[in-house]
Amino acid sequence: MTLVNEILFGGVAAFLVLSLVVVYRVVRGPTMQDRVIAVNAIGTNIVVIIAVLAAATDSPSMLDIAIVYALLNFLMSIAISKFTVERGGVL
Amino acid sequence: MTPLEIAVLALVAGGVFFTLVAAVGLLRLPDVYTRTHAASKSDTLGAALTLAAVALTFGADLSSVKAALLLVFMFITNPTAAHAIARAAADQGIDPWTTDDEGGAE
Repeated sequence: MTLVNEILFGGVAAFLVLSLVVVYRVVRGPTMQDRVIAVNAIGTNIVVIIAVLAAATDSPSMLDIAIVYALLNFLMSIAISKFTVERGGVL
Repeated sequence: MTPLEIAVLALVAGGVFFTLVAAVGLLRLPDVYTRTHAASKSDTLGAALTLAAVALTFGADLSSVKAALLLVFMFITNPTAAHAIARAAADQGIDPWTTDDEGGAE
């Protein structure tokens, strides 16, 4: 294993820990918007984790998965904020 | 260490640092709008730096073009989503946090 791979796996571990810390805000967040913001941040972290894993394990096809995940993450945030305004919430 | 290793190390360390700042902001800031601010700025910068490290690792290849596209996509969509959520919160009538709420200032 080269040094670059070790650096990338270290980054993956750090991003995982930070995502788990943000789960506190999803569970506790007083308003629904807090939860959506936190889930969006976790989704961003997961996209980065998938992309870094693609680089670390040298499997470029995982980048496509990361792109699709980023699209779905964005759509979820926009859809929930839209429903909140027009129908008074989805939850 | 080769220059590539130094660059990747610097980019990943910067990305982890700014994601740490975003996580601390999400946990510690007092209301929805300030948390939106933390998530949209710091998290976007952290993700962009780390994706730049990914693009650098793949080198001259189609994969680094994909990573760069993902970076540009993140830069556009992440603040847009945060803005939409903050606007939804404002439309729902959630009051911004002020120092008066704590009975401190004046």
